[in-house]
Amino acid sequence: MMAVNLSSPHGAALEAAGEVAGRSLWQDAWRRLRANRAAVVSLIILAIIAVASIVGPYLLPWTYDEIDWDHIEALPPDFALGHYFGTDSLGRDLLARTLFGGRISLTVGILATFVALFIGVAVGAIAGFVGGKVDQVLMRFVDLMYSVPLTFFVIILMVLFGRNFILMFLAIGAVEWLTMARIVRGQTLALRGKEFIEAARASGGSTTAIILRHIVPNVLGVVMVYVTLTIPQVILLESFLSFLGLGVQEPMTSWGMLINDGAAELEINPRTLIIPAVFMTVTLFCFNFLGDGLRDALDPKDR
Amino acid sequence: MWSYFLRRVAIGIPTLWVIITVCFFLMRLTPGGPFDFDAPVPAEILANLRAQYHLDDPLWRQYLDYLWNLLRGDFGPSFKYRDFTVTTLIAQGFPVSLQNGLSALVLAIVVGVPLGIVAALAQNTRRDYIVSAAAMTGIVIPNFIMGHMLILIFGVWAKDSIFHLPAGGWENGALTHRILPVLCLALPYIAYLVRITRGSMIEAMRANYVRTARAKGLPFRLVVLRHALKSALMPVVTFLGPATAFLLTGSMVVETIFQIPGIGRYFVQGALNRDYTLVMGVTIISAALVIAMNLVVDMLYGLLDPKVRYDGR
Repeated sequence: MMAVNLSSPHGAALEAAGEVAGRSLWQDAWRRLRANRAAVVSLIILAIIAVASIVGPYLLPWTYDEIDWDHIEALPPDFALGHYFGTDSLGRDLLARTLFGGRISLTVGILATFVALFIGVAVGAIAGFVGGKVDQVLMRFVDLMYSVPLTFFVIILMVLFGRNFILMFLAIGAVEWLTMARIVRGQTLALRGKEFIEAARASGGSTTAIILRHIVPNVLGVVMVYVTLTIPQVILLESFLSFLGLGVQEPMTSWGMLINDGAAELEINPRTLIIPAVFMTVTLFCFNFLGDGLRDALDPKDR
Repeated sequence: MWSYFLRRVAIGIPTLWVIITVCFFLMRLTPGGPFDFDAPVPAEILANLRAQYHLDDPLWRQYLDYLWNLLRGDFGPSFKYRDFTVTTLIAQGFPVSLQNGLSALVLAIVVGVPLGIVAALAQNTRRDYIVSAAAMTGIVIPNFIMGHMLILIFGVWAKDSIFHLPAGGWENGALTHRILPVLCLALPYIAYLVRITRGSMIEAMRANYVRTARAKGLPFRLVVLRHALKSALMPVVTFLGPATAFLLTGSMVVETIFQIPGIGRYFVQGALNRDYTLVMGVTIISAALVIAMNLVVDMLYGLLDPKVRYDGR
């Protein structure tokens, strides 16, 4: 399932033969993904939510931390005032807060996942490729971490080091990389014996170069699938932290915090709970469908 | 099998020790402590407090004391709940979490596994799609949204109907107070079990031995229950191991939402109050349970799957 590399002798022969247009794994995968309606719709919805979270707050008449002093009570949706989803109990615009919260939730989700991706791919590729003692030590460490209740650890870290945005995604990323490392190691083990790796080694490539140029690009497919499934997990974990009061600080907000605030007044004002909950649930759904779609697209034998 | 068991226990104990050590030093070496009161406290009182809890001893001494006390089943005094030791708090909270967790576990298995089988046997029909979609929903919607939604529906909107259920509290385990939290705990596990059972059941139904069983004229019901189900349950057991550990140690979210005095809620309270010993105690109990449940699962493999051998490699 290698992309045909035109600079290799094999590729050159193909090129000489003319007619065969190379189609890479990624092009194939993209074609299959586009055929999956649920995945495409999810991708579109996610894009809309992302763009709305980034751009939306600038376009609304109210900002997320601005208090509408004339209406310091939870106001039902009022288009004339520009409160399209109404306000929360402090008179702040709910739509602006939901979009801003989405910005925080998505940012934490993506950044933490990339921290996890970076550590996981590095550890997995090194353990799998170098093997021997290194592999033993790294994988025993991963096993050990697995038996730690990690949510507990994140909570302990957040309590100890305070509510800090950067620390939050570092801490979450630092606990989410384990599965990634295992997956990448498995893939690397399978790749290690392949001819093209042997060829690279024979032509004098260093270990680092082989890992970076040959191993990592070839595990990216699997990693991508896992990334789309990790992002929602991280969003959940962040929301959970916010829900416990350990997330970002007021007046900043995230979906988890909005849900928590909304829950406090669900009896009088269920709207403040339902709106952020819907945003978050839709996002989580989309990531899951997209992840499933990607898995089918990148691993067609698994049908 | 016994040597395997002993070997696994021999690995589990150092693991637990590492966890305890890391937690201990993390908590002691970071700034801030349980005695950071809002109002400044006279120095003598603070000194007395620190002496009372042995916080003035050298760190290695505190660490060794803690380990020694742990061996005797003593988790130390709680820093916030004066007059209580952590052992008492856990002894109070754990049965509550255990009851809820077990109820949720039973509910999840009783509902999830049969639904998964039904979906698998009706693969790619409308029935399958409905069950699978429901399972997807259950997996995706997080606990704390589900919990609040249940409260909103049964606690608020259904207030004047017969479906009204209390929105929180424990009341010494009154039945009506248990329904919502157990449901909320069980739903995601039901969903996962449906998905896993469905997947492995579809695979099992395609296996050669199932075809053989059908070819020799065994009734379909027996083929499913006696032949396919047995191997289809393997991934379910794998999943149930850690799941049981998490269910039994009390969900922090569900117990917080529904105000249930289980150890999950104690952990959250303890973390927010910087009640070091309480947090450590709950963490250690949970870690030990996770390790133990993983071991139980691996031992169960041997009973369910004759291909698994413990000796050699």
